[in-house]
Amino acid sequence: MLNNITLGQYYPVDSRIHRLDPRTKLICAIVFIVDVFLADSFIGYAILLAFLYAVTRLSNVPFKMLLRSLKPLRMILILTFLLNLFFTQGETVWIEWWIIRITKEAFLQALFYSLRLVFLVAGTSLLTLTTSPVALADGIEILLSPLKIIHFPAHELAMMMTIALRFIPTLLEETDKIMKAQMARGADFESGNLITRAKAMVPLLVPLFVSAFRRAGDLAMAMESRCYHGGEGRTRLRVLKITRADRIAMLILALLTVCVVLEGMLF
Amino acid sequence: MSIEIRHLTHCYSEGSALRTVALDDVSLTIHDGDFLGIIGHTGSGKSTLVQHLNGLLKPTSGQVLINGEDLNGEHVNRKALRQKIGLVFQYPEYQLFEETVAKDIAFGPKNQGLSAAEIDERVRFALSCVHLEYDEVAEKSPFELSGGQMRRVAIAGVIAMRPEVLILDEPTAGLDPRGRDSILTMLEELHGQQNTTIVMVSHSMDDMARLATRLLVLSEGKVVADGTPREIFSREKQMVSIGLGVPAAAQLCSRLIAAGYDLPSDLYRPEELREHLLRLWKEARPC
Repeated sequence: MLNNITLGQYYPVDSRIHRLDPRTKLICAIVFIVDVFLADSFIGYAILLAFLYAVTRLSNVPFKMLLRSLKPLRMILILTFLLNLFFTQGETVWIEWWIIRITKEAFLQALFYSLRLVFLVAGTSLLTLTTSPVALADGIEILLSPLKIIHFPAHELAMMMTIALRFIPTLLEETDKIMKAQMARGADFESGNLITRAKAMVPLLVPLFVSAFRRAGDLAMAMESRCYHGGEGRTRLRVLKITRADRIAMLILALLTVCVVLEGMLF
Repeated sequence: MSIEIRHLTHCYSEGSALRTVALDDVSLTIHDGDFLGIIGHTGSGKSTLVQHLNGLLKPTSGQVLINGEDLNGEHVNRKALRQKIGLVFQYPEYQLFEETVAKDIAFGPKNQGLSAAEIDERVRFALSCVHLEYDEVAEKSPFELSGGQMRRVAIAGVIAMRPEVLILDEPTAGLDPRGRDSILTMLEELHGQQNTTIVMVSHSMDDMARLATRLLVLSEGKVVADGTPREIFSREKQMVSIGLGVPAAAQLCSRLIAAGYDLPSDLYRPEELREHLLRLWKEARPC
């Protein structure tokens, strides 16, 4: 019942996109986000859409998975669309009735901002769908390591992220299990008003916290017994390497940026 | 209360790349008074099967009939049925949450809407079933108890609902021999004295040899054998081929037969083997 959360869930298949260096993918995702904000017309969006389509095809991730990652966003999307639709001033009036006034400009702007949100989430979801959490944290650690000069804890941050990400599925599974066990004892999580429902969460949350603390203790012990002592002098099992594919990917993103910027200047 | 499973199939993550078939066309009838043991290798679908028995999982296809009624039918009161079929999960001690043992055990009966007096009576009854002293543990925090005691309190929490069928998923996993023995003794009494139908999942053949009146062997989601322990444990080769073994007594027996001793080939309980060995020893000794 809790297994339909895709944001940050890795889709384990093999593809050119999956094999890219996590640093490349992180940088590309950031550049893509910038491009989404740079694009200021539907032609720019068409270019971005074509790019997203091509990357998704290359990554062997089904479009269904990508759409599912947009699902949690649907309320915000609807809200963005409606607010823009009703409150944007424009000249070409389509519908005018009572206090409602919908113009062509408002409709286009509503569509534009909603699409911007879709692109942002789709782009970042592609990153997390094709990059395992561990690789992602590795990439972030290296990208942030220059900040160590100003005593920024890059390694600790990456380690915390890895552990947190690693435990999301475990805790979800645990929640599911405890929920079922309490349901078998007649617990009801679905009916009643807000207060009854909040109270009904106690039999779920207490065991969940107890087990999370137990797991944290066990993990700390296991890490110490393998001589973990922070990031100082730590080497890697898998050394990340920038290959030809990574250079090509970055080149493509640079081209995409150029296209978007040129399009903005020309039209 | 009869439970009938018809052509039950269950797939996890249906419609994605991670799709796995956990149960494949399983049919089975559980009769009143059975002590059914479900054995199988890790990932053979045992836990999935028991979760279907009280409607926590919905079959991908097939039916679970309780007294002839489809458990997943539209007008079925699943909550009421769940109370008649008590399910104890793996490592049930991780579900304890209340401040005191008594309150935790009362959680199930309370959800059934019983009166305070009845709840108290149920808590005392359940604690006596799991061999814990009410005066000693009732007011303690469940988190102060030892692992074995916590497990027994958790099982008491299900027994307190007075289910007609009690299902336990690996009730002895991770316990020391004494903790294991006390759980098994407790189940033996529940089955013998209270006449509760019991379904137990385990991969300990020795536990099964001691308790089960009927065995169901699962392998890769399919039923590969269903019969009395005597029938099933006499097929040592088949059991080994699917990654399981037979009880220690049955192993010893077949090695003794191979070494030329005159023993029946279907012994699987330590007591019966002892009887036969004593007989052989007496016969061999010239008085």
